[in-house]
Amino acid sequence: MSWLNALFGRREPTSREIAKNRLQLVLVQDRVNMSPHLLQTLKDELISVISKYVEIDEENMEVTFTQSKRQSRLTADIPVIGARTER
Amino acid sequence: MSGIVITITSGKGGVGKTTAAANVSAALAMQGKQVVAIDSDIGLRNLDVVMGLENRIVYDLVHVVEGACRLRQAMIKDKRLEGLFLIPAAQSRDKTAVSPEDMVTICEQLRPDFDYILIDSPAGIEQGFKNAVAPADQVLIITTPDVSAVRDADRIIGLVEANEKGPARLIVNRLRPDMVQRGDMLDTSDVIDVLAIDLLGVVPEDESIIISTNQGVPAVMENNSRAGQAFRNIAGRLLGQDIPFMELEAPTSWLQRISQLMQRP
Repeated sequence: MSWLNALFGRREPTSREIAKNRLQLVLVQDRVNMSPHLLQTLKDELISVISKYVEIDEENMEVTFTQSKRQSRLTADIPVIGARTER
Repeated sequence: MSGIVITITSGKGGVGKTTAAANVSAALAMQGKQVVAIDSDIGLRNLDVVMGLENRIVYDLVHVVEGACRLRQAMIKDKRLEGLFLIPAAQSRDKTAVSPEDMVTICEQLRPDFDYILIDSPAGIEQGFKNAVAPADQVLIITTPDVSAVRDADRIIGLVEANEKGPARLIVNRLRPDMVQRGDMLDTSDVIDVLAIDLLGVVPEDESIIISTNQGVPAVMENNSRAGQAFRNIAGRLLGQDIPFMELEAPTSWLQRISQLMQRP
């Protein structure tokens, strides 16, 4: 009942859209040759290094690969809670 | 004359490298160019049957490399098209019988006599691919609009760039406009978005390719083949002609149009 969904403003993604999404995700991994597991390890190590200097909000940090043209970019968005009082 | 070496490759098998090589070569010859097509898929040769020249093979690429014949002797002249030649691959050997350096040497010998030297690459990213890309001035990557072929194309694009043979250009093959419109196939724009390379041409899915391959007559030689027209356009763009991309609209009935209107988000 796709027209019913349309009436209520809901829509299942088409297989074309699903394909494009899946491709974009898998190609990010292919291009940097990094599995989701390895990315998690990278994230964990980043946390431990940065935590030595500042207190960070681990829950809300984001580490992702983005693409512009064929250039891969590693982006880390790390909310800082406050400075460590002593080192 | 100093010929341009163009390699057609894909990564994934079965997406249309050989069909494209045969058709683009024939279309360039139809425009009055001197063209030689080289089948570099040693052990799995097929360009000869697609071009309809399989009965005339005496010597092949490996004979040339091993010095068993002269280069001229391995070149089969297409009797239907002035200026078109084929150097077939060996069928009973494997990829290691030819090195990238051999391919460079052979292409250097061909350049003075030809406008274009087209190399049909084997599938994969191993020795056969390296052989095919080594002498290339330009690389054409062919893909079909499905996830596995596009993924492999991306890998190949990376390797072509790493070999400093880029920027490669893309041919999207076997597109079905009806499925794209239904939202069930990646469109050319999606593929270009994902791969981020320049588009050289789009070839629609077309039964005439199967028929022309059955007959050993490249589809570009048939006037009413849509795919043949698309390959003629690609050849024209290689020659620097400004040819707009074909309109690939699926025929729609008024019922389908209404249904599409309803499906809009």
